This record gives sequence, C-alpha cells and structure tokens, in this order.
Amino acid sequence: MSIEQGLEKTRGGLISRLFGAFRKPEEEPVSDEWLDRLEEALLRADLSVSLVDPVMLQVRDVVAEGRATTVPKVLDAVRDALVAVIPPAPPAAGGTPRVILVVGVNGSGKTTTAAKLGKRMRDEGATPLLAAADTFRAAAIEQLESWAGRTGLPIVSGRPGGDPAAVVFDAIQAARSRGNSVVIADTAGRLHTKGHLMDELEKVVRVAGRAREGAPDEVLLVLDGTQGQNAIVQAREFTKAAKVTGLVVTKLDGTAKGGAIFAIANDLGLPVRWLGVGEKAEDLVPMDARAYVAAMLGRP
Amino acid sequence: MFEQLQDRLTATFATLQGRPRVTEADLEAALRDVRVALLEADVSFKVVKQLVATVRERAIGQQVIQSVTGAQQVVKIVHDALVEMLGTEASPLARAATPPTVIVMVGLQGSGKTTSSAKIANLLRKQGRKPVLVTVDIHRPAAMDQLEALGKQLGVPVRRADPKNVPLEGGDTVIVDTAGRLHIDEAMMSEVESIVAATQPDEILLVVDAMAGQDAVDAATAFHARLPITGLVLAKVDSDARGGASLSIRAATGIPVKLLGTGEKLDAIEVFHPDRLAQRILGMGDVVTLVEKAQEVVDQKEAEEQAKKLFEARFTLDDFYKQLQQLKKMGSIGDLIKMIPGMGQLAKQMPSGPEAEKELKKVEAIISSMTRGERADPSTINGSRRKRIARGSGTTVADVNQLLRQFEEMKKLMKQLGGMAKGGRLPYHLPLRR
Ligand SMILES: Nc1nc2c(ncn2[C@@H]2O[C@H](COP(=O)(O)OP(=O)(O)OP(=O)(O)O)[C@@H](O)[C@H]2O)c(=O)[nH]1
Ligand SMILES: [Mg+2]
Repeated sequence: MSIEQGLEKTRGGLISRLFGAFRKPEEEPVSDEWLDRLEEALLRADLSVSLVDPVMLQVRDVVAEGRATTVPKVLDAVRDALVAVIPPAPPAAGGTPRVILVVGVNGSGKTTTAAKLGKRMRDEGATPLLAAADTFRAAAIEQLESWAGRTGLPIVSGRPGGDPAAVVFDAIQAARSRGNSVVIADTAGRLHTKGHLMDELEKVVRVAGRAREGAPDEVLLVLDGTQGQNAIVQAREFTKAAKVTGLVVTKLDGTAKGGAIFAIANDLGLPVRWLGVGEKAEDLVPMDARAYVAAMLGRP
Repeated sequence: MFEQLQDRLTATFATLQGRPRVTEADLEAALRDVRVALLEADVSFKVVKQLVATVRERAIGQQVIQSVTGAQQVVKIVHDALVEMLGTEASPLARAATPPTVIVMVGLQGSGKTTSSAKIANLLRKQGRKPVLVTVDIHRPAAMDQLEALGKQLGVPVRRADPKNVPLEGGDTVIVDTAGRLHIDEAMMSEVESIVAATQPDEILLVVDAMAGQDAVDAATAFHARLPITGLVLAKVDSDARGGASLSIRAATGIPVKLLGTGEKLDAIEVFHPDRLAQRILGMGDVVTLVEKAQEVVDQKEAEEQAKKLFEARFTLDDFYKQLQQLKKMGSIGDLIKMIPGMGQLAKQMPSGPEAEKELKKVEAIISSMTRGERADPSTINGSRRKRIARGSGTTVADVNQLLRQFEEMKKLMKQLGGMAKGGRLPYHLPLRR
C-alpha cells in the first residue's frame, strides 16, 4: 500500500475544508477568511497551538508583504515549514539479532504494529521473531500468537503474569540460536503516568541489553493518531524511561491527522518511522514527511 | 487528568484578577489565554471558538470593561459558559422496566471498550445485579479471549456470539462488547447498526479515550448519527490528558458522560459528576479565595520581589521562611499550593492536613536555627553545622538534610518554571502579586 492510498481519508478532510469553496484554487487570492480557515485546519489536525501560532504569524507576514498572493503559493510555504519540522529518520543500524521494542500507552496499536512490522521485514528478506512480552493484559499473548499464525512468523511467548523482561531475554537468546535476524517485542500498554510501569519498561530495556550488548536497537513508541496534545507528554515520558528512537503513528486510515507529532518532532527531535493505516498486516507504510504533510493539507 | 487545564485557566484568571480595572486589551488578552488553554486541553476548535465568542459578547454586554469588579465578572462569565457546556446533572445508567437491561458498548479501536464492559459488569454485580457479558468482536484477534479472561476474573459469565445473532438471556443485564471501528467504515458501521436494531438496547455507550484529540467530535457525531448514543464512557482518565475532547463531545452532541475509567483494574470505574468536574477544571472558587486571602495579608511589594527571586533562582532559605510565614496566615499549605497556577503537581506531593502542619512546624524550627549567613547560602552548611542546627531545632540531621535537599529541588523546579515563564508559557509572576 502506498502512503497516498493509506492516507486517503486523512487527505479527504482537509482538502474539502481548504478548497471546498473554490473552483479554481490556483487563481484564488488569499483572503483573511481563507487564512482563518487555514489556521482552523491546522488546529483541527491536532497541531499544537504553540506551533500553529508562529506558523500563522509568518504566513500572515508573507501575505501582507505580498511575497505570496495565491492560495497554492501560501500552501506551499506552509507545507515546507511543516516538512522541515520532521527530522529525517537516520538509517536503522544495530547488532545481530537486531532488537526492536514496541512501546506505548494502552490501546495505541502496539500489538498490531509489531505484527505488521514483522510481516513487512520478512517480506523484505529478514527473518523476524516475535516476542509476546505483554504478560499483563488479558489475552494479549493470544492476540500476538494469532497474528503469528496469520503471518506465519515464529513467536516466543511469556506466561500470563510472568516477567516481561525475561520474555525479551529469552526471545533474544532464541533468535540467536535459531538464527533469526530480528526480534520484535510487543510490550504491555502503559500510561506514562504510572511510575511503576515505567520502571518495569526501564527494566525490560536493561535486560535486553544484558541479552545482547547494545540492545534494544530500536524503541518504537506507538502513538494513536486520533490522540491530541497528550501524545506530546507521552513521547516525553517514554523517552525518559526507554530511549525512544522513533515513532509509529497509527489509525491514520480514519479522519484524524496525528498533528501532535509536529510538536513532538520539534521538541524532542524524534523521527517518525512508520504510519499505521488499517487493521490488516499490510497496513503499515514508511513515513514520508512530504506525502504526509501533503495529505494533511491537501492539494488543489 | 484535568489538573493541567485547571492550572492554566487559574493562571489566566489570576492575571485578570490582579487588575483593578479591566481594559479592552486585558479582556482580549485573557480571551486569548482561554483559547490557548482550551485548545491545549484538546477542546475542539469549534467549541473553543463558540465559547470565546460567547464570553466576549457577554462581557461587553455586561460592560465589564472599565468596571472595578470587571475581572470578577469576566471570571464568572467564563465559568458559567463552561458549566453550560458541561451540563450540570449526573446521568445514571438506564434500567429496563422488564429485564434484561441491554447495554451495547461501541467506539473506535483501542478506546477501551472491552475493559470498560468488564468494569461495568463488576459495578452492576456489586449493586446486586446479575450481569452477563457478550462479545461479538469477531474482528480483532483474541478479543473474545480477552473478555472471557476478564469475565473469569470477575466470576461473570461471558458468551461469544455472532454479531448477527446476539443472545440476550442468562442474567438481568446483558452487556454487549462490540469490535472497535472507524466511524467512516461503512461496512462496520452498518454491522453495529444491525446489532443495535436486533438487541434494542437501553443504553448505547460510546467509549472515548480521555487522550483523544480534535477528531473525537467528528467521530462521536458520526456514531451518534447512526446510533442513538445514550452516554459516554471516558476511559483512561488516569492519564494526565486534559480531557477536552469529552467536553467537546458533550457540547457538540449533548451526549452526557456517564462513567469514568480510572485504571486498568476492574474496579477502576467511577460514576461521573459533571458539576464536580466543572469545579475541578475551573478551580474558580479557589482562585477567588486565594486572591482575596492574598490581598488581606501579603505585602504586595515583598511578594513581587520574592516572585522575581523565585523564578531567577535567587531564592534563599530566608525568603522561603518569609513565604511560609505569610502562607501560614492564609491557611493550610497544601490547600494554598493547590491554588497556585502550575503548582497542582507539587501540591500532590505535599502532605496535607495536620501532618502538613507538623511538617511545616519542623521546617520553621530548622530554618530558624540557622544563621543569617546560612540561610542566604545553604551551600555553607556543612556536616558540623547540620548537627548544630538539628540540635537547636530539636530535629535530626536527617531532617535537616531532607529540608536542604527539598529546597535545592524546589529551586531547580523554580528555575525551570522561570525559564518557561520567559518562554511565554507561564505568566511571569505569582498570583500572589496584586
Ligand atoms: N483502523 C486502524 N486500527 C488499528 C490500527 N492499528 C491498530 N488498530 C486497532 O486498534 C485496536 C488496538 O490495537 P492493538 O494493537 O491491540 O493495541 P495495543 O497497543 O497492543 O493495545 P494494548 O496492548 O491493549 O495496550 C485494535 O482493534 C487494532 O485492530 C490502524 O492503523 N488503523
Ligand atoms: Mg497489545
């Protein structure tokens, strides 16, 4: 699936919001009313006020000084400004087996993402092993096992109520002896406000490092794209407990835009690695800042 | 989760109340702050716009500008507008005249439907009802296993069923857990429509994530357009999200919030009281009392000087002591700190009640046993000095150490807050300033 297809619905909303009224947007002069609508569109995409305000100030300046006079020109400027906020994702590096930890708050899409990622990496020639390290939530292990069955990926599971760090440790050992190139560990959902659960996560990270020096290579924070400004707090807190290396934004097949990631990128410099665009194993696309912003803003 | 919104609004209103007369510029500045606070709390754009317009209109109508009591009036106007938006009465769960009562749980993926279903079963069971859980989530892998495991923990029967054939027997209340779905997924929306048509529920509860953003209103509206939603369950309230989406949904659709999910445990569910929430979000009463109290006892110049020192981290133990004295005149310290904008978090770490008073006495004793020089520069307080201070104050060296450590931490925190203040995120003054 392409990012454009995946973000089709995301795209729909703003296009109509920004261009619905105009038949020939390319000739449309920028009016105050249009600028208000642009601001509204950005805020409604969950972009933080702390970003939208300065962006709009600049845009209004640019328009007032006559440097951009038509709607598409202004949109280009906004698009560039937003794309520039998202840092490029550095190439993924790491040891063998490569260890990826999937973390996030409850219900954000971790388990599904772990499975999708496993399938994708396998399709690209890697030999991933899934680790079901959510030993807390009812039937979380069964859920990932079911995905393993569907995608034909091998899996190492913990026992309900068991130690998640031990599961990750075992999975890394198993991958080494079986020759799997990647371990993708699904962890329990936890609110960043729960100190003991964040401590538990720290322990998982520590123990992974004991199983293979330098592990985990990647800690992916899964953010629910329908969430608002709290995503910023989540990113900050998870980064404290486990060195988050990148973000996955899910549920972008809906009408939500996930705009909170701009503030996260701006404040924490975290790259976005993947976008979740559906509930099927193939519904994961790599982040492409241009395409993402284009989908958010729409095109005439 | 609502504390931050409260803190933010409290700060805004403290500023406004600090003015003897409200000018037009003051009013606009306050409205801008209200707007930012609400947007940062994920209140939907439209609702924010509406609210700000209402407040402006009423403020002008009541001629608050240039009036001496203007600030108080503006505060009251914002308060009333928010309360109107929230509704004022709690809405209990419906109960069928002839059992079974049917409750259908709906919502977006990952919002918390399954856990909430089990929690409601638990709540009803405790009230002497006989709930049955039914899962029709044939879509998410192991969703049925999840509900079954939860039912087992509770000792509540769980049935697995096809969405086309939902059994409604086995207890006096049937709670139907449906699959998560996107409001724009036509096939899935008609599936849930047909579940509702077949089961004729007494309650259709939309489960909403407390951390939801701007899109939540559109999603809720879309669900409501297809199904007569009777109430919201706000899940994950134990996060620190500000919860604005729930307010917006209430404002946009009129659907009342009925229950709050406050943790992962199956007893972590609370009946929702809108009036209490309004109080909590706004903390209006608190602001008013704080300002009134502060007016009575705080020497304005001194407070201003201290606030400045505080944020510049030039704050010494001497200043700390003076503040404690002033605070003491105003009431219990925990309560007071809670009233200071931005200090909600700190207040939580503070002991309260008689324990706090005792703690405060100890702190006073320790500081008063220090020399002036030591108060001005705590770094000079070495081991033997600590011993002397402990003896002089009738405390232990550990107590002295703790106080010094806390003071350092507080200074650090203040420095951060001060930094934010300069960055425009926090007002560069304490509300104590008049
Ligand atoms: N529409 C859509 N749904 C998704 C996406 N990713 C996950 N979901 C759904 O969101 C729900 C929660 O996903 P999970 O993967 O179980 O989330 P989780 O973070 O593992 O949840 P917990 O382990 O309970 O904290 C499921 O119903 C998924 O099918 C996505 O990109 N789009
Ligand atoms: Mg999971």
